[in-house]
Amino acid sequence: MAHNILLIFIAAFIVNNILLMRYIGLCPFFGVSTNLTTAFGMSAAVLFVMLLSTWITWLIFYFILLPLNLVFLRTAAFILVIASLVQFLEMFLKKNYKTLYSAMGIYLPLITTNCAILGTTFLVINYKYSLFHATIFALGTALGFALVIILFSAIRERLEFAPIPRSFKGYPIVFIAASLVALAFLGFIGFLGLSL
Amino acid sequence: MIELIKSILILGSLGLILGLVLVFIYKKFALTGSEMENKIKAILPGSNCGACGYAGCAIYAEKIINENVSLNKCLPGGKEVSEKLAQITGREVQLTEPQIAVLICRGGKDECRELFIYDGGTDCRQAYIMHGGNKSCVFGCVGLGHCAKVCPFHAITMGSNHLPIINEKKCTGCGICVKECPKNVLRLIPRTKLVYLACVSKDRGKAVKDVCTVGCFACNICIRACPYQALTMVNNLPVMDFTKCTDCGICVHRCPTDSYVDRAKARPYAMISPACTGCGECVKVCQFKAIEGMPNSRHKVLTGKCVGCGECFKVCPVRAITMVGALGYQVKTA
Repeated sequence: MAHNILLIFIAAFIVNNILLMRYIGLCPFFGVSTNLTTAFGMSAAVLFVMLLSTWITWLIFYFILLPLNLVFLRTAAFILVIASLVQFLEMFLKKNYKTLYSAMGIYLPLITTNCAILGTTFLVINYKYSLFHATIFALGTALGFALVIILFSAIRERLEFAPIPRSFKGYPIVFIAASLVALAFLGFIGFLGLSL
Repeated sequence: MIELIKSILILGSLGLILGLVLVFIYKKFALTGSEMENKIKAILPGSNCGACGYAGCAIYAEKIINENVSLNKCLPGGKEVSEKLAQITGREVQLTEPQIAVLICRGGKDECRELFIYDGGTDCRQAYIMHGGNKSCVFGCVGLGHCAKVCPFHAITMGSNHLPIINEKKCTGCGICVKECPKNVLRLIPRTKLVYLACVSKDRGKAVKDVCTVGCFACNICIRACPYQALTMVNNLPVMDFTKCTDCGICVHRCPTDSYVDRAKARPYAMISPACTGCGECVKVCQFKAIEGMPNSRHKVLTGKCVGCGECFKVCPVRAITMVGALGYQVKTA
């Protein structure tokens, strides 16, 4: 993997897009992309939690698990961290930033079990990134998530009014549309010498 | 073995620390008055219909506590909920009259012919974009049932005549259908109101007659007939002043096109007792020629023609007229 900051960012943002290339975090992708406003809310919440959880899990991995030779515990430890982080954020926002809290609504607790967050924390460990590079990577991934989910919500708003055959209505046509968008993103492979 | 103990210790202490941190944070960020909020939330219906003007029951509960929003905004809950809220918060409540949604159009597919064949999307709003729907009347109900879909209480069903039928028992007057209807043919009226005009056509005369058999063509008969001056003609439609209207039902029966709707399940009819002196006052006020009789002899009511408006009852100088019928409803003479 390239260790240039820009390359890490673009790789996470477009070339290895978490939704369309890695197929991680698909449940919010289909569940919350029904309209633009909810898509924005979800992306903002993901960006927030992804950055924070990447920092904390990175610290836990390199300062607790690795020195104690307990790398196999990382799944359990990371889930624990992410879940309590989301809880903390929810309380914090509810108290101090009421408008932001009500704007994010249900999406904040939903992130607790979001595989995109857990996946990112693992990838950061797999790629052996430094904390700074991990931040860039998490930022790119979250923005890539936002880009795709917002693009796709616009497509879905159009799909609502399209004359679709009855058997394809609802999720079938959404899956097909998602695969076509993913095919389009395949075109980015090899961009700036980056590959999957 | 050491590894096992180590992992249990690490994971356990990690969980413990995070748990303690969360407890600490929860204490620090504890919301004041949350108990009251939960009580209010338990009382509110929880259907999140938005009739109060806020995004849902939870937000309305918050606003009641934090911003002293009035307690009578919950239309589905009505009087009961307002009173319970008043008990909990210890505040006064001004009660609003419960309302009900009614359809201000009677032109179904039998009454109002179709202008063109429409086979587009099956939602009123889509059909509305296409020249305002395929009904020949541009003002009336499209008839594709968007209101039935949006009603959170399932109070609206589509009739065979392609007009929505509103179940008065289920309707809570939340007003969602009124906001959603692209044609504005649904309206909220007080629940106690019995008579209303069910037409929104701003055309007059032949323009209405050509497209709909039950449309109001602004003939002014109801306006002249109303004994209480409750009706005025605005934009070729009679507008009813609810404070003046007594729900007597004269307009309903005088209307040549049947454009009015009478929600009353039954109306009484007049009966004349032997005390009648035959003065003829009642014959003068009856707009339906339902009272007959020779002068100075006892008059007779033709029950087939009497609509139960009660005008004769009011003018009779000797109080010889009684209103009977209508679900046991009876107005006794003195």
